[in-house]
Amino acid sequence: MAEHSDPNAPWKTLSGLGTSVVTALLFLFFLQFLPTVAAGSPVRWVIPWIPSLDVNLTFWIDGLSLMFALLITGIGALVMLYAAKYLAGHPQYDRFALYLFSFMLSMLGLVLADNLIALFVFWELTTFTSYLLIGFSHADPKSRRNALQALLLTATGGLALLAGFILIGVSQGTFELSELTAAGSLVGQEYYTLILFLVLAGAFTKSAQVPLHFWLPNAMAAPTPVSAYLHSATMVKAGVYLLARTHPALSGSDLWIWILSIFGAVTAVFASFMALRQTDLKQTLAYTTLMALGTLVMFLAGSTGYAITAAMTFLLVHSLYKAGLFLTIGIIDHATGTRDANILGGLKSAMPITAMAAAAAGLAMAGIPPFLGFIAKEVAYAGALEMQLMLFVLPMALIAFALMFAVAGIVAYKPFYGPQGQLPHDPHEGPWPMLLGPVVLGVLGLAFGLMPGIAAYYIIEPAVAAVMGAPDTGGRVKLWAGFNLPLLLSLITFALGFLIYAKHQALRARLSQIEARAPDLDARWDDLLDVFVRFAKGQTRLIQTGVLRQYMFATFAVFALTVLVTLITRAAGGPALNFAGLQFMEWGIALLILVGTVLVVLTSSRITALVALGTVGIGVALIFITYSAPDVAITQLLVELLVVVLLALALLKMPHLDPSGVQKHSFPNAVLAIAVGALTTWVLLLVVDQPFDRRLTEFFEGASWTEAFGRNIVNVILVDFRTLDTFGEIAVVLVAALGAFVLLKGMRATKEEEKK
Amino acid sequence: MNSIIFTAGARILVALVFVFSLFMLLRGHHLPGGGFIGGLLGAVAFIIYSLACGPEETRSALRVSPEIIAVIGLGIALLAGLFSFFMGDPFFTGQWYWVGGDSYETSVFSINTVLVFDIGVYLVVLGGILSLTFAFEEEA
Repeated sequence: MAEHSDPNAPWKTLSGLGTSVVTALLFLFFLQFLPTVAAGSPVRWVIPWIPSLDVNLTFWIDGLSLMFALLITGIGALVMLYAAKYLAGHPQYDRFALYLFSFMLSMLGLVLADNLIALFVFWELTTFTSYLLIGFSHADPKSRRNALQALLLTATGGLALLAGFILIGVSQGTFELSELTAAGSLVGQEYYTLILFLVLAGAFTKSAQVPLHFWLPNAMAAPTPVSAYLHSATMVKAGVYLLARTHPALSGSDLWIWILSIFGAVTAVFASFMALRQTDLKQTLAYTTLMALGTLVMFLAGSTGYAITAAMTFLLVHSLYKAGLFLTIGIIDHATGTRDANILGGLKSAMPITAMAAAAAGLAMAGIPPFLGFIAKEVAYAGALEMQLMLFVLPMALIAFALMFAVAGIVAYKPFYGPQGQLPHDPHEGPWPMLLGPVVLGVLGLAFGLMPGIAAYYIIEPAVAAVMGAPDTGGRVKLWAGFNLPLLLSLITFALGFLIYAKHQALRARLSQIEARAPDLDARWDDLLDVFVRFAKGQTRLIQTGVLRQYMFATFAVFALTVLVTLITRAAGGPALNFAGLQFMEWGIALLILVGTVLVVLTSSRITALVALGTVGIGVALIFITYSAPDVAITQLLVELLVVVLLALALLKMPHLDPSGVQKHSFPNAVLAIAVGALTTWVLLLVVDQPFDRRLTEFFEGASWTEAFGRNIVNVILVDFRTLDTFGEIAVVLVAALGAFVLLKGMRATKEEEKK
Repeated sequence: MNSIIFTAGARILVALVFVFSLFMLLRGHHLPGGGFIGGLLGAVAFIIYSLACGPEETRSALRVSPEIIAVIGLGIALLAGLFSFFMGDPFFTGQWYWVGGDSYETSVFSINTVLVFDIGVYLVVLGGILSLTFAFEEEA
């Protein structure tokens, strides 16, 4: 594989190391906020962005965002270091480092943003960087397709989210999350249901809840460090973050409880079965991530202390062990050339450190004491017992956790123990930059489990307090909670999980039979896109005929109709015609214009028509001169001149007019032309009838000399008073010229190709 | 066009029209003229030349390709606007510096961003129209 070239190659550039170091420094920067936030005082920064719309770039560090920020920067630094080695020698490694770093910053912005609009912008940035990263192997059509699928699905959810945010902002009068959280619940308010559905659409697509889950396993087309970082530890948790963030405002209604419980539980159980079914270890991990997301959503349905503590603890522990496991799988893939669960085995002697790290992550995943995973599971059962839909949530949680136990065995135990299979390469231990991540994450999972007080005080309880919207009394996170129902449930989980692990080969065969009969949402997605493309093609054929005459006809017909309708509905009277003040010269100019017009219409030669049209333009310029507007007149003259030259150049290349063709279309064209002309004249006469408002004229007459030191008002307006407009105009001139230039060049290139 | 008279006359005419276009550009702030008109006139000058001698020779006479002239023009216009930024004024506020005095009346001449902006306009219009014309002429 190209991206797995020589693992011992020297680091190609500093970009990998550099991004990793910067991210690590950010991690240290956020660490300093731990004591402040743990003491219950969030930190807030405000940067005005669009003050007129009340959109500010506000950042808010409370328990929840700090936990996410630490995970993002901490795991980010480790993953970037890992990626530097994993993709060493890849020709586009620099690009990869840029994407990954941009993603890290976007994700950081997402969790720190206090303003809903800013949050949305960062939300879309993570979608976009994720798209670039999934499609990193851009030569592979499957990779491109999966990237596009993820982009379309999550961006659609993002748009719903934007609508929801705007509704929240408009109905509540503030876009600041901190103010919304303080203001209390939106339940029962006018737009609550709509807001809830829109926000959930965003959260569920991002966090891949069933039935919108299928993009996440496909996203594993990305290189393994990306899967570890984006599609497991951070980005997919953005949806969970959003639910946690809006928990104070939106939770508590029956709708919230039912939707989150059901979607979360179904996702968790479905994903755990799917995880068991996979033989590619990376796919297995993808589905276990889905299971974790489902579990998190399910617990966020609740509002009790235990439910929220369960969600936050599980979120922390999952990020640690899942990133670790993904990185471990990457090392195995790197060293052996395969990720197939059926082949891998007995790697322990060749890869002792990897085996240790995988064991630590696996034990946390299985929820074995004294790892933090055990505590998370205990708290989760305690939380499930308190939930409103306990009879539904508890069994679902039990099934999911038992399956998780079995999957942990498949991922973290089986590849390292037992007989060694037929491997493509001889296994060897990974290099230290790749080992550091899994080892650190594994050690943290154990350390937090042994010292739950520290993890609880600094990380989990502040996060719980942020979600609950009230200070957390704490005391729920402990290694030994006594003989109680959660402990019993844990023991049942272990027994059940062990049973499943022992029978997992048979179960897997059975599951693949079931899967073959189930509807394939991924294929339906392609069908949906096909329908869209066909619709787009059909309507393009209908509207975009490619015949210029038809476009012109449609444009002018619409113009004539809208003007006519407006004039009739506004009951506009006939204009007052007053020819009294007209001089001989004005009659002369009018005659010139008229003759030119008639000639354009009647001639059958393109060049004659063009020159006659030029006469009309020069007549208009003459009118400007008689009314002393020299600047406008000069411009008009020059433009007319250039139009004639340019069109003449174009016309030289065109065939002669076909007289019969002209006649065929002449009647409707004549009617339309006369209608447009008459209506425009009517409107203009009505406008002239109105008393002239001289306020602007007087301002410019007065100010152009005193304020802008210019006597030519037209020029002063162009380059001083309305410079920004002029700047926009010249930008348009440039873009139009470049566009036409490229089009014409393109035509020439095709012609030359045809000649060959 | 193979007329000798036109070709010979064009060489003189081009120089005259081109100088006239610069004249129109510079006097624009007080009298009819300015970047738009100047740019159009400048384009006319080179179009005459290209009709007489062909687009290829005109390109080499210009030395810089018209697309680049237009882009540079937009850059200059932008810089003229950004300059006020560094002086602490809102975007595109005209900046005036009097040479030999402290106001318009007492100074000999002034250096200002407004003229710089107008030069940018001139270059965009000149370059834009020329790139279009050349593309038309060369498309065969």
